[in-house]
Amino acid sequence: MGWAVPIAAIVAAVLLPIIFQVFEQYHLVHVMCLIGIYVMLALGLNIIIGYAGILNLGYAAFYGIGAYTAALLAINAHISFWILLPICGLFAAAAGMIVGVPTLRLRGDYIAIVTLGFVEIVRLGLNNLDVITNGPKGLPRVGETIPQPQLSMGAFVLRMDGDLHYYYFILLLVLGTIFVVSRLHNSRAGRSWVAIREDELAAETMGVNTTVMKIQAFAVGTFIAGLAGCVYTHWIGFITPELFTFWESVLIVCMVVLGGMGSVPGVILGTVLIAGIPEVLRDVLQRVAENLTAGTAATWREYFDNIILARMLLFGAIMIIMVIFRPQGILLARRPDIRRNIG
Amino acid sequence: MILQQTINGLTLGSIYALIALGYTLVYGILLLINFAHSEIFMMGAYFGVFALQFFAALHVFQGAPALQILGAIFLAMLGTAVLGVVVEFVAYRPLRHAPRLAPLISAIGVSIFLQNLMMTIVSPEAEPFPDVVPVNIYTVGSGATISSLQIFIIVTSVLLMAVLNLFIQRTKLGKAMRATSQDRETAELMGINVNRVISVTFFIGAALGGAAGVLNGMYYGSVKYNMGFIPGIKAFTAAVLGGIGDVRGAMVGGYMLGILESVGAGYLSSAYKDVFAFVILILVLIFRPQGLLGRKAADKM
Repeated sequence: MGWAVPIAAIVAAVLLPIIFQVFEQYHLVHVMCLIGIYVMLALGLNIIIGYAGILNLGYAAFYGIGAYTAALLAINAHISFWILLPICGLFAAAAGMIVGVPTLRLRGDYIAIVTLGFVEIVRLGLNNLDVITNGPKGLPRVGETIPQPQLSMGAFVLRMDGDLHYYYFILLLVLGTIFVVSRLHNSRAGRSWVAIREDELAAETMGVNTTVMKIQAFAVGTFIAGLAGCVYTHWIGFITPELFTFWESVLIVCMVVLGGMGSVPGVILGTVLIAGIPEVLRDVLQRVAENLTAGTAATWREYFDNIILARMLLFGAIMIIMVIFRPQGILLARRPDIRRNIG
Repeated sequence: MILQQTINGLTLGSIYALIALGYTLVYGILLLINFAHSEIFMMGAYFGVFALQFFAALHVFQGAPALQILGAIFLAMLGTAVLGVVVEFVAYRPLRHAPRLAPLISAIGVSIFLQNLMMTIVSPEAEPFPDVVPVNIYTVGSGATISSLQIFIIVTSVLLMAVLNLFIQRTKLGKAMRATSQDRETAELMGINVNRVISVTFFIGAALGGAAGVLNGMYYGSVKYNMGFIPGIKAFTAAVLGGIGDVRGAMVGGYMLGILESVGAGYLSSAYKDVFAFVILILVLIFRPQGLLGRKAADKM
């Protein structure tokens, strides 16, 4: 891929929300923020699944740990967002290491199952530790608020407020994540991860300390989930345990695999498709329903309303069809070209 | 108290074991975690409800609750078995030689599709399960009770599992299944039609899942489009607990998980009953990753 596509993508990412804002499509700005958060999550999970080849089915647990750390510390200790951001990442990474150290010696599918169990334990824990997490009612409690982050430089104070402000902040984080992830991929660590993914035994024979490298991949990936959780909490302002389920984890896995494991543009494309398709389908079906049923009987109207409700049905079918036609993912991962580096 | 929790655990365990068999059979042959299996279970429960409504509308088997419920289980098993084969054909067969994670995505697509299908064409609300079986409660020992429903669930499940065991051990097709699960390529070289074996595996696994769906619907008195998820992951846990790929392991794992869960809920805290299942799972995986009955697989050189 040349430079044209990435530049076009960045220009679109910068300009689209302003256009949506001008045309009063506020809902779409909101959707773009959400896609941004998912891109961060998918890029983080891509390190674990796409580079190191570890099937983590509990990624949302680490996202949830980041989000709850942010909410609890912001409400109870009034810690500023800018300090919370790295703290949440570290908490999530610490949780990742706690899960990873005993289990990453295991092979393949077993790690998938341990992480699946972990995401359920975290969700149930958040639901039942009422005293701390307010259980299923979520945080903040009635009467509490999560303070909005602000940037102050001397007399100039910028309060982050509303979707558009958050969008550009999320975009910066996404670009930062893309930079870090791409650099990592071409580093010594990245090459070790890919070697582990391709053949763990061979990697070990060649001198890669597979357990340590797998734990590192886990730590970096979960750190990014923690950051995303912290931003999400501040942006949305209200979290419940039901946001961080096994189902959520599976959706993030789908974003990574569908777009193309190990390929940064692929993962971004997969995320935009999976997070975006249900929203687009809702809009399109709404229009179709309005045009088609303008003069017809009310039963037809009802019928189409049901289809709009069931847009996830189409989404499921689209997922099956896409994966059957492109089982390796939509965009293939490229290996770093060594010859170019020498030449 | 312990007796009561054991009885409840056996009931729950029967349902887990039936679902776990579906996971383990498919995993044994394809090394695929069939995430759509929890939706097969859900569809089984709905098919059971439809069958009972159908009997009531046609006035067949009225006054004979045993025939009604057995008929419903049979039709539900048939329905889910066909559905299981169709799912394999549409979503897994084209991906037989694809990267290992690709079938996972299509499985999740199937899950989303089936859940939303039932939500749209039936209702997003819970549907009551017709109470055709009279519930009698018997007292056993000191203060523990067992209902006719629980007896029915346990007996039906044990019978189904006995039939499955006979099928796998004694029939030619069962032998072909065992051979395929040991080594697919060699089995193919020996003249076994592997595609047919895979279809049969999905047929049987889905039928058992469908039966579990009807039993679950009877036990809790309602069915809902998202009812499959929690029992699905519990049963999967049970399959791993026993040693995934091992048929008897899935049965043992299912009962163990059911009993541990009820005893844990009774003695410690019911709010954390789901946590026990997963803590046990993680402990088993760390200390005995091949499962309780599984054999240790050597790394391929």
